[in-house]
Parts: sequence; C-alpha cells; structure tokens
Amino acid sequence: MIPALFADINKTFWFPEQASTFAKQIDFMYDAILWISIIFFVPIVIAMIYFMVKFRERPGYRGSTEALHNTTLEITWSVVPTFIVVWIFWEGTVGYLKMQTLPPDTEDIKVTAKKWNWNFKYKNGAENPELHLPVGRDVKIIMRSDDVLHSFFIPAFRVKRDVVPGRYTYMWFQPTVEGTFDLFCSEYCGDNHSLMNAKVFVHDDEGYAKFLTEAIKEPDDIVERGKWLYERKACKGCHYAGTEGAQGPGPSYNGSWGKPVPLAAGGERLFDENYVSDSILNPILQARKGYETAAAMPSYKGQLKEEQIDAIAAYIKSLQSASPPKK
Amino acid sequence: MTTAVATPPADHHAEEHHEHPAWLAHHFDDAEQQFDAGKLGMWLFLVTEVLFFSGMFCAYALYRNRNPEVFEFCSTFLNEKLGAINTGVLLFSSLTMAWAVRASQLKETKTLIGMLAATLGCAAIFLGVKAVEYSHKWGLGLFPGKFYVSQIEGAHHSEVPYLWYLCIPPLVLLVCFALYYVYGIVSASKFHLRVAGPLVVAAGCYFAGVGLGVFLEAEAEESHSMAHVPSSHTDHATADHSHDAALPDAALPDAALPDAALPAVIPVNLLGMEVSPTHDVAISPAESNTPDASVNQKGMAGLFFSIYYCMTGVHAFHILGGMAVITWLIVKSAKLEFHSKYYGPVDNVGLYWHLVDFIWIYLFPLLYLIT
Amino acid sequence: MSVVTKPVTMPAPSKEAGTEDNYLTHSSGFLSWALTLDHKRIGVMYLACIMSAFALGGCLAMMIRLHLWNPNLDPSQAWLTNKQYNQVFTLHGAVMVFLFIIPSIPAALGNFLLPIMLGSKDVAFPRLNLGSFYLWVCGACFFLFSIFATGLDTGWTFYTPYSIESQGPIVAATMGVFVLGFSSIFTGLNFIVTINTMRPPGMTWFRMPLFLWAVYSTSIIQVLATPVLGITMLLLAAERVLGIGIFDAKLNGDPVAFQHFFWFYSHPAVYIMILPAMGIISELMSVHSHKGIFGYRMIAYSSVAIALFGFLVWGHHMFTAGMADVTAIVFSALTFTVSIPSAIKVFNWVGTMYKGTVSLNTPMLYALAFIFLFTIGGLTGLFLGALSMDMHLHDTYFVVAHFHYVMMGGTLVAFLGGLFHWWPKMTGKMFNDFWGIVSAAIVFVGFNLTFLPQFVLGTRGMPRRYASYQLEFQDLHRLSTIGALMLGMGLLVAGLTLLHSLFYGKKAPRNPWGGATLEWECSSPPPHDNFSSAPAVGDPYEFGNIEYDSKTGGYIKKK
Repeated sequence: MIPALFADINKTFWFPEQASTFAKQIDFMYDAILWISIIFFVPIVIAMIYFMVKFRERPGYRGSTEALHNTTLEITWSVVPTFIVVWIFWEGTVGYLKMQTLPPDTEDIKVTAKKWNWNFKYKNGAENPELHLPVGRDVKIIMRSDDVLHSFFIPAFRVKRDVVPGRYTYMWFQPTVEGTFDLFCSEYCGDNHSLMNAKVFVHDDEGYAKFLTEAIKEPDDIVERGKWLYERKACKGCHYAGTEGAQGPGPSYNGSWGKPVPLAAGGERLFDENYVSDSILNPILQARKGYETAAAMPSYKGQLKEEQIDAIAAYIKSLQSASPPKK
Repeated sequence: MTTAVATPPADHHAEEHHEHPAWLAHHFDDAEQQFDAGKLGMWLFLVTEVLFFSGMFCAYALYRNRNPEVFEFCSTFLNEKLGAINTGVLLFSSLTMAWAVRASQLKETKTLIGMLAATLGCAAIFLGVKAVEYSHKWGLGLFPGKFYVSQIEGAHHSEVPYLWYLCIPPLVLLVCFALYYVYGIVSASKFHLRVAGPLVVAAGCYFAGVGLGVFLEAEAEESHSMAHVPSSHTDHATADHSHDAALPDAALPDAALPDAALPAVIPVNLLGMEVSPTHDVAISPAESNTPDASVNQKGMAGLFFSIYYCMTGVHAFHILGGMAVITWLIVKSAKLEFHSKYYGPVDNVGLYWHLVDFIWIYLFPLLYLIT
Repeated sequence: MSVVTKPVTMPAPSKEAGTEDNYLTHSSGFLSWALTLDHKRIGVMYLACIMSAFALGGCLAMMIRLHLWNPNLDPSQAWLTNKQYNQVFTLHGAVMVFLFIIPSIPAALGNFLLPIMLGSKDVAFPRLNLGSFYLWVCGACFFLFSIFATGLDTGWTFYTPYSIESQGPIVAATMGVFVLGFSSIFTGLNFIVTINTMRPPGMTWFRMPLFLWAVYSTSIIQVLATPVLGITMLLLAAERVLGIGIFDAKLNGDPVAFQHFFWFYSHPAVYIMILPAMGIISELMSVHSHKGIFGYRMIAYSSVAIALFGFLVWGHHMFTAGMADVTAIVFSALTFTVSIPSAIKVFNWVGTMYKGTVSLNTPMLYALAFIFLFTIGGLTGLFLGALSMDMHLHDTYFVVAHFHYVMMGGTLVAFLGGLFHWWPKMTGKMFNDFWGIVSAAIVFVGFNLTFLPQFVLGTRGMPRRYASYQLEFQDLHRLSTIGALMLGMGLLVAGLTLLHSLFYGKKAPRNPWGGATLEWECSSPPPHDNFSSAPAVGDPYEFGNIEYDSKTGGYIKKK
C-alpha cells in the first residue's frame, strides 16, 4: 500500500489540474459563482458591521423604533438576484447537457465496481485494475456494480457518476493532458470505501496501444496469474497479500498456507487448495473464527473458472512465509 | 385556578359563568373552540395518513409501470369476490359510524353504542376475511419478495395451519370478552354490560368473516385451479436467478437462504442475456393467463406480493387501531359522556374511519381488479 | 399603525422576594414533571434532552475530526478502524439530525413560547404534547441501543442496497427514526391547531410575531413530509426482515427509488431545521435593535414560500444518481427558486438595524453571527444547485461544509441566540453577558476555522465519508480539526455560562431586553397559567412606548 501518491495535488487554489474538456467550463462556473457570492456577501457584511457600530446603543443616542420598509429596494433585491440565479441555472444546465450528450465514435471501456475495487475491461478484452486512457479521444465508460452503490469520480476531469447495481450507467469525457490522476469512489459503500481508489493513466496514442497489447496477456506463470486475478477480482479490496491490499475486513493471506484454520462454525480446517476453493465458492460456511462480524464475503460461484481458482491458490501458497501486516 | 376573562368583545360566547364543565378542557375558552381544534387536529392527522400511504402507492405505480405483466399474473391469485365483500362491509361500516355520530349528538346512547358495535363488527368481519386470504396465499407459498415460492403445476398447499394461527388471538379475545360479559351480568353493572356486549359481538364477527372467507375461497379454488399454473419450464434455467426451481414446502420464512448464497447480480434481461438498461418485455394480453417463468420468480411476482402485503398489511394495522379507538368510544358512551355540545371524539373518530374505508376503496381496484 | 389597546389589568411588576408562584415552583416531585401537561415544563424537559443529544453528537464529531488528523493510509496506525469510523460518522449524523436539530427549536423553544406568545394557557392538545416528548425519548432509546449493539454503519441516509446487507442494527435504528418521526408530526400538528384556533381576539395573522409564522411554516412541513419518512423507514425495515425487494437490485428492485423516497422527506426536513431559526433571528434582530422588523410581510410570506417550494427540490441530492436529464434540469431550476426568499430575509434582517438602537449583547451577537454564517451557507448552495458544477462537487467535502454552514452556523447559532434571549424568561435568571459574548466569539472563529477549509478540500476532490485520505489533503484537515477543538471550547463556554446562571445569576426582570411580544408581559419565569388575566394584544414590533426602567433593571411598557 503506497501512501503518498501525489497524483492530484491542486494546481490552482481551488482545483486540481484541468485534465478534461469539461474542466474549463466547470472552473469558470465556479469562479463566476464565487465572484457573485463575494459581490453579495461583502456588502452585506460591511452593512452589518457599519450598522452595528453606527447605531449601537450608547449614552445620548436614541434611534428610531419605527418599522421601515422600502418597496423599491425590496423589489430590486428580489428581482436582481432572480436574474442572477437564472443565469447560474442556465450555465449549469448547458454544461450538464454537454456532459450528457454522448459523442459518436467513442473509445468504450467497461467499468465494474465491487466492494472495494475497480476493474476496467478494455475493448480488446484486457482487464486491468487501473484506468488507462488515450489523450484527446472521447472515452465512454459503461459502469455496473456487482453489489452496492458506488460512484466513479475523477477530480481532475471534474466528472462523477453513480454506479448502480441492477442497471448500467454511462458517462463520457475526453482527457486533454497526459499524466496520472486519482479516481475515487464517492458513494459510501461500506468498510473500505475510502480505500476504493484507482489510478488513471492518460497516454498518447502509442502508449495507449502499447498498454492494450500488454494488458491482455494473462501472466503465464501460475503464481503470477493468481496475483493478477487477486488484483482484478476485488480480492484486494478486503485481503492483504504480499505487501499490498486492504487490511480488512478479510484475513490476510500472508503466512496462512498449510496452517490449521479455526472455523467460526466450530472445528478446524487445513488451509490448502480445497479450503481456498471452498472459501471462494461458499465463503460463509468457511468463515474463519474471529471474522464472524466482519462484512460478509460474496460468493464467486459462476464467476471464476476452476483453473483461475487454482491460480489463486498457487499465489496464496507462494505467500506462506510472508509476514503478516503490522497490527 | 379560575381565570377572569378580560372585557370581552361583543361576539364572545357568554355561556355559563365561565366555569369549565368536565367535558371542556381547561385551556379552551369554550366548546366551539374545543370542537374546532379537535376537528382541525383530526383532519391534519388524516393528511399525514394519506401521505404515509402515498409512499406505497408510489411504489405500486413504479413497479406496475415497469412490469405490467407481473401485476396481471399476480392479480389472478386475489379473489375478487372476497375483495368486493370486504369493500361492501367497510362501506356499510362507514354508514354505521356516521349514524353513531348522529346518535351521539342526540344523546341516543342505545343507538350510539349499537352503531359503534356494528362498526366494530364490520371491521372484525373484514379482518376475518383478510385472515382467510392471507393464510390461503401463504399456503400456496405466495410470500413477499425474497421468500416467494415459484408456483408449480399441480402445487399442493403447505401443511402449516396458518389460518388456525390467525384465529388464536381472536379466540382468546372472544373468551376474555365473554368472561367480561358474564362478569357484567354477575355484578349487575349496566356499564360493564354496555361495553362487553359489543366486544363479544365483534369478536364473534371475526369468525363469521373467517367462515365466509373459507366458503368463498373454496368455491374459487375449484374454478381457478388451472389458471394459476405456469406452463413453461424451459425458461427456468436461464431466467431464474434463484435456486428454487422445485422447492418443497420447506421454503418457508425460516428456511430462506442467507444473502451470500445468492450469486452476484449481472444485469440480464428476462432471457438471461446481458443487456442495456431498458429491458421491457412485452407480453400480449392473451398470454397473461398462462405466464411463464419470467414472471414466476422472486424479483417479479415476489415484488408484487411485497407491495400487496405492505399495502394491505399497513391498512389492516390501521383497521386494528381504529377498532381500539372505537372501543374507547364505546367505553365513553357507556359512561354517558356525549351530548350535543360534546361529541367531538365520536365525530373525529368517524372521520378517521371514513379515511380507512376510503383507502380500501383505492386498494381494492388497484390490487384485485387488474385485467 | 400601532394599536395598543389599553389593557384591563396590568400584570404586577416583579417583586424581589422569591415568593412568587411560577411554573417551576408550582408543584414538585418527579411525577409532577414526568406527567406534566404544562407546555413550559415539557419545553424544559425537551431542552435538557436535546442538549444531551447535542453533546453526544458533538463528542462523535470530535472523534471524527481527531481521527482525521492523520491520513490513516496505514490502518494499523489509525486511531479508529475503518469500520469504527464509519459507525462514528453514521451516528454523528443520525443523532444530530434526528435527535437534535429537527426537534431543537420547535420542541424546546417553540413549546415554551408558542402559547405564551399567543396569550393562551397551553397548546391545543397538551396530552399529545407530552406524548410527543415520550416518543422522542423512545426514539432516542432506539438510537442509544444502536450505539451499543453491533454498530450502525450505513450513514444517516441509509442508502440501499448497503443498508439491506449491512450487519448493523438497522431495524432498530429505522424504527427509532419512525418513532421520532411521529414525535415531530404530533408537535407540528399541535402547533398548527393552536395557532389556527387559539389566537386571541385582535391577533390577526399579520399581527403574529414572526417566530410564530416561522414555527407555523415549519409545522406544515413536519405534518406533510415526515409521514413519507415514516413509510420509507418501514419499507426499509421490511426489506431487512421480509426481503420485500423493492429497493434491492438482487430482487429486481430499484435502489434509486429509495433515494427518491428518502429525500422527499429529508429535503423538506432541512427547512424544518432552518425556518424556526430564521424566526428566532427575526425576533432577535428587532428586539435588540429596538426597532420594528424591516418588511414584516415579506418575511412572513417568505417563510411560507420556503416551506412550500422546499417540497419540490429533493432531486438535487441525486444529480449524479442517474436520473433522466429533464428531471435533473427541472430540479435544478426549482432549487434556485428557494434561494430567493432566503436572500430577501437576510436583507430584511440587516435592514432592521438601520437607524435603530443596537444592543450588542449575547443574543444579538449570535444573531449577527447567524447572518454571516447562514449567508455563506446559502451562497454555497448556489454552487451545488448548478448541474455541471454539482457533477464535480457532489459527495465531496464541499457539501459537508455547505450543510454545516446552514445547519450549524445557521440553526445551531440561532438556537443558541434564542436560548440566551429567552433564558431569563424561562429560568428567571440573568446570565453573565461578558462570558456569553466570549462564547459567541469563540464559536464564530472556531466554526469558520473548522469548515472554511472544507470547501477547499471539496473542490480539490476530497470525497466525504472517507476514513483515510491522500497526503495532499492533510494540512487542510488539520486546520479543520484545530477549528473543531476551538468550536467545542466555545460551546462549552456557552453551556457553562448558562448553567452558572442557574445557581448564581441575578434575578431576571419581566422584560430584560425590551421586547414587545406577549411573552415579555408575564413574569420571569411565567406563572403556571401563563397570565393571571388575558393580555392585551398589540403590535408585536411596536417599541415606541417601551422604556428602560433602571429600578427593575428591565423594560416596561409606558401607556
């Protein structure tokens, strides 16, 4: 788990870098509303302070008690703000409609959100836990969630869309700058919501093509392939393995292989290939003692092929002498 | 703690010498204010009730719009005759309630108590019929959402005696009320007899409702026996996410599998293919009598029954609440508390009762008469 | 314009000796409080309870800010585990929203003041009032249970499907909310009926104090919106227990439908929170400027307008949830309409001071702090209402800052101002004004230091409900935590000042501030029946004939 990934340090006081075609309009809107707010706020505060001082209660001074009202003033300060908010609404709507209108000819990427990992599937079938994008091209993402609500948020692109289970949600954007950016989950989804991040890499065309060709290769070595799956099938979101992964709610793989595992339902099992396979297909029954109240692991029945499960088992076996995470 | 009222304007009601009779609450100036306050309060409460139900009506609209074929299929399980009888019974009870209000104004205690008793009795009949409807459905495995059991050709009823379970509390109540009535005779107290009589009658009416329901349900079963049956098994494997293809009757509430055993959902259409967001399937009216497995599953028919049980269940709770309050009115009436200047409680409970009836009048066609 | 009808009998000026019978001394013993039908006692009990809830919510808030002192990217070094943090922010939200802010002003101050401001003896349904109180207590017990059970961690918004599958005591919590909802509904119902049917002769609608207009508008929302929350919670509980499936994607239900149901209540709920606060500010600004409120009618109309428009904008909490474009656009447009009445009120309050005689005491300083803080909160709402802007800002710290500015900088600050303002009336004791002012200053500075950095955190991309964060956000988080400590201290000073006055405060005169509404006509504290004879109804903002009397240390009405 690398702590300091300074991908998105703010470029201006308020915002990270403008890395998509939407950023300009949104930053402009922000500045405009900010100035409008200041133009209203400052005089209000000045008036408040001035009146506080000038009309304060003091010996020898007696103000009026009459309730005032000034129709012209009241109409003005109702009508003028109305026009202003109509403008703000209009700007916001126009910008929004641009964001909602899918351009023709997009690079499509499928996004799967599952507690607490992102997985990206590219047009050539490659799967990767990181988002790789081509600069200057329109990208459409097709998102679905395998469990609860999540939300796809890239601050540098100024885009956000909820990922809803049971349906597909869409979004499009065009990256304008090469570099690395943060992707955050921004809809609370449980324990490791704040760890459900991904890195976004924007390449030039050549770099992007290179990425696609390399990403589609599943590693040949079975242990490498197990690790490859560990990163892509959301295991990493709950289990610590090697030197990466979440430190909960699931137990760490390090140093687990070959040892007896006390079960929550009572009794013991040896941590071997069968245990791994059973845990993946029917996790509740294999729950480890001490993890009864942890968030339940979902079953992968029908989602992983047998040889994939074998690869994962091989990976875990390779960690049998790795040290557990610091507690 | 007497208060001297300041010089009143001309239209102030100079009643008795500002002494507060027992029925006029201390903080009210006069009977009219008390009556107006009570009425406005009850109307506001009724508004909250309407909004409370509106959430469920919205859920109904949402899901019927999405899957109209599901609603058509499931409606065949609802016995229109029983629904119509319940509607008639409630309408009649509104009449008796309104009559009771009139009687309270005229201080006709016998009529008042009689009408309140009749209202209570009608409510009990309603609940009796409901008990039959619910227990019959549970026997068929028509539970809400997660617990819904796919309807199989030649399905036999569950052996669990749901109807008996639903009759036990009213039976206990009937016995208690009968004993209370006996106590009333023994102690020769008019008050106790006035109260106990209606209660015994009402409890008895529940069983009348049950009897009526059983009779009509049995009649309906014979004529409907073939229409409920889903015809195709072929689409089972693909469409059905759940595991309950031919579950025996053990699939009752306590046997539901934990969430983890359900596979993660991949958005699919009704034929099991991954699709884009809109996945409406049009089913022609002719097919709706012999639905296929696409409808006959937890996420479809189960959803209908969830809405059905929520709406009728919450409504039934309101009937129960109304019965409790009417009983309270009977007690007060037996104490001869109501007269032309003080009948607000009867009037306002009447308003509540009319709302309960009104809501059923919407529920009946929306749930029972979908064809 | 001001018609001061000659009262038939003048209430006697307060005597020095404590021999007066008032609502506090009228009867004693636990049951005389537990079974009281006196709206003043009920108000005081509510006050004690909601302040306790506030203290609990505040402790939870401090836990959040302390945990976020560090980025916590290495969970083994973090103070709270991720799950614990999630439980803390969930309970902070739920306790603050349902146990504190929604009841606060109507139940504690409204209950006490409403009948007195109307010159009547009690609310329309005193037993229902007591019932509302006990419903609050019951709901609070459910929440306390949630704290000690396996831990609620869904967020106070209970979004499905997470709330369906989470292992916490969700049914207990939703039933707690359900019960609290009825407490709120019955209070609102009581207030509407009281104002409609128990106004004294001479008090037309436009002669009511603006606090009552505010409470009336709030009550309309309470009555219309809360039942929808009730059914939502019931359906969520049914989801968990019966698996009904309407919000569960696994059963073909719609998680976004839950959001619509939930926000249909919860958006009007925020107007339940702010409208009474605005009512208090109207009172404070005019009384402490010794001058009639500027634009009475506009403020009254604005209150009702906010209440009604507030029902039409719930979708703006869901702009990124996948609604149809037209829907989103309509909600955005309607959202902006609600901003205008609020703006009008701010201008009117500031205008009230113009040419008045401004007393810069504790209640007034809290009122001025409100105007500053609420204006920021309101203006930042404009950013969130703009569709494209919201795509970036939704579910970030910008939203957190926005709603704390309006709910805390708004409602809480107004509540404190009102509490100080009516404290002499409720308790018969004067508090130490110097320390009250000190508390206002510390709260004001501490609050801004806590939440201004959060706007920046939000625009820079920091999502909310995060137990850990990227290193680049650390400095702003630390500033915020320091501010929170300061804010906590300020609130402590305020609380201690008030408590201290109970034991050592000077006896309060009938009208310490020079108010013209009816509550200042009865003794401090009021007698059991509020008025020994029905008071004369005048203009609630006519200060022309109210003069300071140094003998009593308070103001009296010259004939």
